Formats: sequence, C-alpha cells, structure tokens
Amino acid sequence: MAKRIEVSDLSIYYNNFLAVEGVNISIEPRSITAIIGPSGCGKSTFLRTLNRMHEVIPGGRVEGKVVMDGQDLYGEDVDPVDVRRQIGMVFQRPNPFPTMSIYGNVAAGIRLNNTKMKKSDLDDLVERSLKGANLWNEVKDRLDRPGAGLSGGQQQRLCIARAIAIEPDVLLMDEPASALDPISTLAIEDLMHELKERFTIVIVTHNMQQAARVSESTGFFNLNGIGQPGRLIEFNSTEKIFGNPDVKATEDYISGRFG
Amino acid sequence: MSTDTRAAPETAAPPRGPVRVERRLPRFALVGVYLAGIVLGAGLSALTGFSIAAALVYGVVLGTLGVYLVTRAVQGRRKATDRLVTSLVTTAFGIAMIPLISLVWTVLDKGLARFDGDFFTMSMFRVVGEGGGAYHAIIGTLVITALATVIAVPIGLMTAIYLVEYGSGRLKRAITFFVDVMTGIPSIVAGLFAFALFTLIFGNDARLGVMGAVALAVLMIPVVVRSCEEVLKLVPNEYREASYALGVPKWRTVVKVVLPTAMAGLGTGVTLSVARVVGETAPLLITVGLITGTNLNPFDGRMATLPVFAFYQLTQPGTATQAFIDRAWTAALLLIILVMALNVVARLISRFFAPKTGR
Repeated sequence: MAKRIEVSDLSIYYNNFLAVEGVNISIEPRSITAIIGPSGCGKSTFLRTLNRMHEVIPGGRVEGKVVMDGQDLYGEDVDPVDVRRQIGMVFQRPNPFPTMSIYGNVAAGIRLNNTKMKKSDLDDLVERSLKGANLWNEVKDRLDRPGAGLSGGQQQRLCIARAIAIEPDVLLMDEPASALDPISTLAIEDLMHELKERFTIVIVTHNMQQAARVSESTGFFNLNGIGQPGRLIEFNSTEKIFGNPDVKATEDYISGRFG
Repeated sequence: MSTDTRAAPETAAPPRGPVRVERRLPRFALVGVYLAGIVLGAGLSALTGFSIAAALVYGVVLGTLGVYLVTRAVQGRRKATDRLVTSLVTTAFGIAMIPLISLVWTVLDKGLARFDGDFFTMSMFRVVGEGGGAYHAIIGTLVITALATVIAVPIGLMTAIYLVEYGSGRLKRAITFFVDVMTGIPSIVAGLFAFALFTLIFGNDARLGVMGAVALAVLMIPVVVRSCEEVLKLVPNEYREASYALGVPKWRTVVKVVLPTAMAGLGTGVTLSVARVVGETAPLLITVGLITGTNLNPFDGRMATLPVFAFYQLTQPGTATQAFIDRAWTAALLLIILVMALNVVARLISRFFAPKTGR
C-alpha cells in the first residue's frame, strides 16, 4: 500500500515566476515526513505538486521529476486524476462538502467517481474510514446529519476519513492542525501515528514542535528574500534536524534566530 | 536613549473634566415641531389655492427646517445636522415609495372589477362586449414563458459554467462583454430578431408561440448567465480542491459538487430571470400576435399572452369600451401578481435549498 516518492530536480512555477527551485527529496513509505519553513517559502506549493494539485491553479506548472513506483507522475501519459486517487490530501481549513451528510462526505470519493459498490460494502467502508480517523464514536448516531455541523476538529477528522476512504497510498497534509485547538491537534497527531502504519504521510507544518513530535524525517525550506525562489535547504532525519543540523540556516530557524 | 518621557503629557495638556452631559429634547417636542411645520405648510398652500401636494411639500420643508432650528438652538450643531440628514433620507425614501404604492393601488382599484371566475375560465372567443376572460392569454403566457425558460436556462447555465470553471483569456472576456451588451438589448430588438429568423424559414405570415419563446429566451439568457455566474463564483474553491484531491474529474466536480452547492442561488437567479421576461410585451406583439380563442400549441399559429392581451384590450376596445378597459387592468393586475409570486418562489428556493449547517 504505502509507497516511496522520489523527487528530483523539481522546479515549480506560477506562469513565469519560479516559486520553488531544484528540490531533491526521497519520501520514505510508512513514515511521516515533515516539511517546515517560514511563510512564503513554497512548502504548500511543493506539497501540492506531489499529487498534481498545483496545476489546478491557472498558470501552475513544474519541471523535474516526481517518481512513484518507477513511474514519473508528470510523465506525458499520466492522468492527474489517477494520481490524485493514489495520493490523497487533507487541507489546512476543514472543507467538508456542505451539501452532503457525514456519511455522504466519507463516501464522497466513491460516489462522486460513480464507483459501483454495494450498500453494505459502502457502509463498511464508511465505518472503517471513520474509525480510522478516530471519529466513529462521536458521529455514529448522526451519520445522516450535515458534515458542516461538526466542530472544527471533528470536521478535520471527517476530511481525513474522506481522504483515507479512497484507500490512497500516500496522504498529504497541508497544515492540518493549524486551525485547531491543542486538544483537537493532539487527536490529529495521534491519528497520524496510527495512519503511518498504512500510508506514507507528508505533512506541512508551521509548528516545529509538531514536526519534532510526529515525523521521522524533516525537510527545511527557506528563501533568500522576497521574490526569490524557495529552496530545500536541508533534508535529514528529524532527530538530526532538531538536534545537530548540517546547515547553519536550519539551526538558526529552529532555534528562533531566523530573520 | 531611555529617558523617561511619561511625565511629559501632564505638563502638556490640562486634565479633562468629566464627560459632558447634553441637554435633551423630549420626543414629543420634536414631533410637535414637525407637525406644526406641516400645519403651517398647509396654511401656506391655502394662500395660493389649497392642494394636498403643495401642502405636503411646504409642510415637509417647514417641518424639517423647524426640527433643525429647534435642535440647533437646544442641543447644538452636531445633533441638528444629524436630525437634518435623518429627515432628508426619510423624505427621499417616502418619495421613492410614492410611485410604487400609487401603482399597486391603482392597479388593484381598477383591476379588481373583473378579477372574477370568468376571467380565469373564459377566453375572448366570440366575445365582443362585456364578459369574456383571459383564460387563453393566461395559458399562452404560461406556455410561452415555460418554453422560453426551457430554451434559455440550459444555454445560460452552461455559459455561466464555462465562464467560471473553464474559460480564460480572450474568449472569456469576449463572452462576458457580449453578455453585458445583450443585457441592454431593447426587447423590441429581440422580438425583431426572432421574427426575422422565423420568417426566413416559414415565410412572412409566420406567427408562432415558439417565436415569442425564442425572443424571450434571447432576453433571458444574459440575465441567467449573469446571475448564475455570480452564484458559481461564490462557491469556495476549497470544495473544488477537496473534490479534485479525491481523484474526481473536473466535469464531475462541477456537476456533483459545485452545482449542488450553488443550487439555492441558481434557482433564485433563474426564477428572477423568468420574472424579468414574463411581462414583456413588444417582442410577443410582433412574433406571437393575438387570438381570441385558446391555442395550447406553441408550434401552430398565433397565441394569446397576458401583456399583448392587455395592450389590445386597451388600444382596440370594441363597442363596450369600459368592459375592455376593465379587462386590461385585470390582466395588468394578474401580471403583477405573477411577478410577485415568482419573487416569493425565488425566496423560498433560496431558503430551502441553502446548504444546511445542522446547528
């Protein structure tokens, strides 16, 4: 299930503006890889290139390779829709579909794609996904209620349940806890520990403690100045990054001496 | 440079006294002043030959002036300006309401005379004097408007979807520009367009319900495009991205996520665009014409419609003039009721289809 992603010489553009330059990174399966860095350095942009969400934005394009399973995700014949079915994503702000119930939100990946599935199988899938997202006990009695009626933390776990319901190989999380209180954040972090048994997880976070708590490896992005492209400064095991980083800039950022 | 600057203000400005307490005018005093102004205005207008309009104008001006001066003398300038602007705004609102109320009142007054069962159940077939009704015109308006909606909504909605979800660059700008131009097309032009189009095919005598429907659709499409475009733009991008991230293709995202989310606004927009064209007269006059009997088939010959019916009742009364004029007023009343009903429906749609939060 979980798969490795190899990124080589990846440059990311908005029209002609080079946003992120020359990223080389190897994302290990069954582990959590954290991406940290200051605002505007291209963390989220980089994350969105991993499942080809970047090109949804008009003018978004990339150069370089993102290889999963020996297949370049940006190869000519690759269908971005297919990539996204294998690499799921959770966004910064919880965004359950407002027209759908809790059940409908979890089943959305199946229903929106018109995949045929028996009702009982779908019920099982919804239950499994909600249990996987640690939300089942809180919502099992009101599955037909609107998803937007849940609390922020519950909505975010609902979005995680929705993402894992399509059984992706990789799960991308773009600051999944930044809009949540500490208790909900803890719930999400615990959940990530469980999910990494089954998925490759990449998480972008502003919270360095969070990166240190949850991840095995960490990548530090930085940029030299406004208008300059962001670059991957250092990619190492989390222990090394937060203990004894190879690059001075990383140490400055982590110890708060940055900027 | 860490000299203490905190002591400086004490010497710079003297300490302030407690908050001022202002004198106040009791409410009845102000109302009294205003009424006195009105009475004075009525008296003034009586000098030059009394009329209600002149009395009201003089009265409102004098009342406003009186309130301003009294407030200024007692409470000061700021409060007086406040009162002056309040009265000006209220007066403007009153002036804006006059035509509306007067119109509804007149139409109700004159239209209720024939607002009876016969009007809804009888056509004008073999009616030359009193009696008769607009059954044929009511049915005709419903059929033609429904047909126009069937033509205009798919085209308009799909154009809006193109503009919001797919379009970019020159083509998008061109479409937006021409939609704007179409919004301002005089309705008679739309009618002539439909007339020219159909007479090319069916010859000069062609008068069909569907011609009117096409003319109305030409008027409706820009309205539908505009309102649907605005509503689709309001759908947050987050939902589209959430859908893409689940591996849902773009067209399915539009059909199953964007459109349901915007359903309330779309329904409202379409209903209001129907209300916009239901009372159009000119295009129907030249494309559909009028008959006295009931014709349910928009693809075969002339049909009657409410606006054209009202027009002919008024301009070509027969021997019993009053009966014809009464029928015209009732048709007008019915049109107003139709438009109001459509507006109510639009509100209901936006209430019932709005996404539920469950809280």
